[in-house]
Amino acid sequence: MNHLSDLFLSPFQDFLFMRHALVACLALALGCGPVGVLLVLRRMSLVGDALSHAVLPGAALGFLISGLSLYAMTLGGLAVGLAVALLAGAVTRLTVLREDASFAALYLISLASGVLLISLRGSNIDLIHVLFGTILAVDDAALILVASITTATLLILALIYRPLIVECFDPGFLRSVGGRGAAMHFIFLVLVVLNLVAGFRALGTLMAVGMMMVPAVSARFWARQVWSTALVAVGIAMLSGYTGLLLSFHANLPSGPAIILTAGLCYVVSVVFGVHGSIYGRHRKGEHLEG
Amino acid sequence: MTAVVGPNGSGKSTLLKGITGILRPLGGHIERGGLRISQIAYLPQQAEIDRSFPITVLDLVALGLWHRLGMFGGMKKDLWEQAGQALASVGLEGFERRAIGELSAGQFQRVLFARVLLQDCPVILLDEPFTAIDTRTTADLLDVVQRWHAENRTIIAVLHNFDQVRSYFPKTLMIAREPIGWGNTTDILTPENLQLARQMSEAWDESAAACRRSQA
Repeated sequence: MNHLSDLFLSPFQDFLFMRHALVACLALALGCGPVGVLLVLRRMSLVGDALSHAVLPGAALGFLISGLSLYAMTLGGLAVGLAVALLAGAVTRLTVLREDASFAALYLISLASGVLLISLRGSNIDLIHVLFGTILAVDDAALILVASITTATLLILALIYRPLIVECFDPGFLRSVGGRGAAMHFIFLVLVVLNLVAGFRALGTLMAVGMMMVPAVSARFWARQVWSTALVAVGIAMLSGYTGLLLSFHANLPSGPAIILTAGLCYVVSVVFGVHGSIYGRHRKGEHLEG
Repeated sequence: MTAVVGPNGSGKSTLLKGITGILRPLGGHIERGGLRISQIAYLPQQAEIDRSFPITVLDLVALGLWHRLGMFGGMKKDLWEQAGQALASVGLEGFERRAIGELSAGQFQRVLFARVLLQDCPVILLDEPFTAIDTRTTADLLDVVQRWHAENRTIIAVLHNFDQVRSYFPKTLMIAREPIGWGNTTDILTPENLQLARQMSEAWDESAAACRRSQA
């Protein structure tokens, strides 16, 4: 019994930074879960990825101006992320390019300028911090930021849940009843950027999107409605956060990749054994409904 | 009840989209006789619905209540019952909890009709509602349409099956890029008119100048 608690509890009991990291992960999971599920449903899985890279130059700018300041980097990331989302939307609307194509072009431009900016000043260690994050150095201010973003995300999602869902699966109907589809789309993109920015401090810009997408994609195999899928995604994200932190503590691994790899393991299990549409589920003889 | 007929590309769908306000006219304006756009129910030809979306049949039907609930209004028990009744009246009782991905094309069209039913609008626009739908489902859905007609609703439907038009729709509008005729179905669906429509300038001109004819 003692041995078990050594393994699973004492890292968090003994070290403040582990507690901080855990709370940050749980808060991130709460916000990223539903946002990720909606991204998957809107067939925008890779847009989240693109946006997470787009955040980089903003964070780099903040870093150049005021060093490793939480607020400067967060504000910078937020501003550039939103700018890329807006620009991509504008290019999609005004030209023949589809949304994924315009996102791809813009995020690469953004990523390149970010790497350039960081290499101008600062050493490679800094670049690695920005890219991969330092969840074990999450301080009180960062925690408050993550928690605020999560709270705002959940409140806004609750508010625009219905039009957002309808915009996802039947945009024509929303238009015909006069719902504001474009506005919903934009608010949603803002939420995506906000959550990525919340995540990048802890997990790094490259890994932040992992907390959003991997649990969401896995959850699709376990639930059949939007809200239940989101719940499962939150559950998987929380579990990955906790297990990943333990792994990184005991095996002395970097926390970001440990967390995302744990989520990746959940993904593999879901793909193979999930209840709905998994490899196993498809090959099992389905029950044939009468009538 | 008015049927809109005409060859492909003659502008039938564009006409309906204009009426619902999805497309704005390039010139002129559309007179809706004092109706708000929210009083017009519209069932598009190929609804851009993601059929793999995880939503239940009943939830989809309940969207018909949008005008009464708006973005935030909560569903009450009696509203759920109404949605259930709408579903039952298109012959899909017991399908409430199914996911929409499990339905056949015909069943799915019934569900969309149930949603229109719940929208409870004085004007209903249907764009090729019976394309790729089997005879029995078509018959059932035509019954629903006739019930709407009996409730004094205006129904405008784009159709290709002239037998359906003749037996169910007293009025017909025939268009082939421009109006060919509008009136009693028997007067409009004449061999001469059909011939005219068939001759619709299929020749399209790559470098066509903007139309200068005065707006009719």
